[in-house]
Amino acid sequence: MAAIEMKNIVKQYGDGFPAVNDVSIDVADGEFMILVGPSGCGKSTLLRMIVGLEDITSGDMLIGGKRVNDLAPRDRNLAMVFQNYALYPHLTVYENIAFPLRLAGASNEEVDKKVRDASKTLELDEHLERKPGNLSGGQRQRVAMGRAIVRDAEAFLFDEPLSNLDAKLRGQMRTEIARLQRRLGITTVYVTHDQTEAMTLGDRVAVLKRGILQQLATPRELYNNPVNLFVAGFIGSPPMNFVPATVEGTSVKLPFGTVTIPEEKAKKAQGKGLLIAGIRPEHFEDAAVVDSARGTGSSTFRAKVDVVEWLGNEAYAYVPFEAPEEVQAQLLQLERDLDGEALRTQLVISLDGASRIKEGDEAEIFVETDKMHLFDPSTGENLTLDESSAGTVPADTSTQAVAEAQDSIASPGEQEAATET
Amino acid sequence: MRKTGVGTYAGFIVILVWCLLPIAWIVSLSFKSLAETTTGSAHFLPQDATWDNYKVLLGMTSDKSTSHDFLAALRNSFGISIIATILAVLIATLAAYAIARLEFKGKRLVLSLALAIAMFPVVSLVGPLFDMWRTFHLFNTWPGLIIPYMTFTLPLAIWTLSAFFREIPWEMEQAAQVDGATSWQAFRKVIVPLAAPGVFTAAILTFFFAWNEFVLAISLTSTTSTRTVPAQMSYFVGPDPFNPPYSQLATASVIVTIPVIVIVLLFQRRIVAGLTSGAVKG
Repeated sequence: MAAIEMKNIVKQYGDGFPAVNDVSIDVADGEFMILVGPSGCGKSTLLRMIVGLEDITSGDMLIGGKRVNDLAPRDRNLAMVFQNYALYPHLTVYENIAFPLRLAGASNEEVDKKVRDASKTLELDEHLERKPGNLSGGQRQRVAMGRAIVRDAEAFLFDEPLSNLDAKLRGQMRTEIARLQRRLGITTVYVTHDQTEAMTLGDRVAVLKRGILQQLATPRELYNNPVNLFVAGFIGSPPMNFVPATVEGTSVKLPFGTVTIPEEKAKKAQGKGLLIAGIRPEHFEDAAVVDSARGTGSSTFRAKVDVVEWLGNEAYAYVPFEAPEEVQAQLLQLERDLDGEALRTQLVISLDGASRIKEGDEAEIFVETDKMHLFDPSTGENLTLDESSAGTVPADTSTQAVAEAQDSIASPGEQEAATET
Repeated sequence: MRKTGVGTYAGFIVILVWCLLPIAWIVSLSFKSLAETTTGSAHFLPQDATWDNYKVLLGMTSDKSTSHDFLAALRNSFGISIIATILAVLIATLAAYAIARLEFKGKRLVLSLALAIAMFPVVSLVGPLFDMWRTFHLFNTWPGLIIPYMTFTLPLAIWTLSAFFREIPWEMEQAAQVDGATSWQAFRKVIVPLAAPGVFTAAILTFFFAWNEFVLAISLTSTTSTRTVPAQMSYFVGPDPFNPPYSQLATASVIVTIPVIVIVLLFQRRIVAGLTSGAVKG
């Protein structure tokens, strides 16, 4: 087991496109690190550079303190689980798991012992003599993991291992992976585009966008203190609501009314003109069911509810609103960055299951304004960021700035990209 | 939609009769005595079935003159075809792997050249080859046939195999490398077994070409020490030039067909598509 250190890693393809741009991440020994981001953010490329399947254009990759930039994959002693499993179809499950050991020249008894151990851990005992072609998706997934855990690898690398499974199995395997990692205590780097996996599995999460590291923090820090619009929109489901806002004193003017926010937050956002307020759906509530104890640091407003989706334990209410053009453009761009396709600007409100609000009602909505974030619409930066609990926010560097400049020339209106840090 | 069974079977029978009638005729001929074919037998089935022809050809009678030549030819056929096949498949496997996996300048050129060679009429090369082989002392030798057989079957083998290699997901190799394999180990332990159907297909095609080839075999050989069966059969003339020993020719045909059938039966199990199923999700 070993720590993995990435120092200013850059991956540039032949056409000059930087798939990974100046990323520095340190994965501590035994840590579960998640690389997350929408498709094309360079997270898989970064993982493949760790394992050695992709050349590193510049920067240093250190595993256990040793620079491995020029080592072949087989000399790095890492175990990887591929997205499509990449099992050897001509070999039985037993031989698939034994494959790395056989290559290392282990004796038959040693192979047998280790394979049996691994198969027991993964409950594959009764399938050992079968071929991968006859297994179900979940079983194949476990064989792929068996092939990884059977070796004494320095670290595990997972490349979207659950994306080929159906929703139920995905949940089960997710827990299984978490349990396995805790038990083996092995350094793990896990790539996913699924923010639920990122939040539930990771000790720390690195959020990437277009090859640039946005924020490196614990799931809790990411959730409570997103460094910019992108991270705020990416983490959380349903996603954070973004609404136009203007701050005057401690009152914030939102499309549905004016609410008050705590003074220290208001101070950071004074005199900035039109801003974007970010409020998570669960920080709203039907005023009728709110405990009076929740009253501090909050406000209420009235709004007409368009659609209600009742799920039993909770309900989602949708409140459409009009946004000024500059905010609208910024939100559309954000939506594109997040691989989404929003049709209209609307507020998503998570209500208690007991709420009686119906479609078309004009309802009194309660909002926890002290949880509200305020973002600068031109840069996307979080003005109300609590830097003491936001994890690592990469410092701006010249290479990055250059890349950003090129970016915004290529497609104007992507200024948001130039804000990350 | 329900398939109409009767029509399907009728179709089968028509096709079977169409394809198998000439073969049945040859088999029937091989059991007729020399006397019967010489008189011009009009019967489909032999009047007086006999194993004599087989015995004569395989050297089970006292007269060894015919069998000696035929068995030598059979030996040559086997030796030359098998060596040409092994070499062609070996070279084609490596070449096809490079074409499927590596990016290099002139890749298209290699592929189109290979195709051009496959299209080149063999007959037009007989003259030049004959002269060259005499100069190089390859005329009337095994290598003299193995080299052209290998060359003419390589393009097809390379095309077949590179198609198979392209089907194998990249991840298989990468997984092997991460598991600790060298490139060569990954190729040998993962890629070649997965491409086995392709390798067998290429091997069978190559073997058949070499086994059945006639023009080069007759032109580049001069003695029974190198002549293959198809060439040797043209020397089965018998004493009367107007009356070739049809029944013996038919017998020789049947005998040379047997290995082909055996090989196809042996390998057809190997040529099952979808061996890679289960490697990846899909």
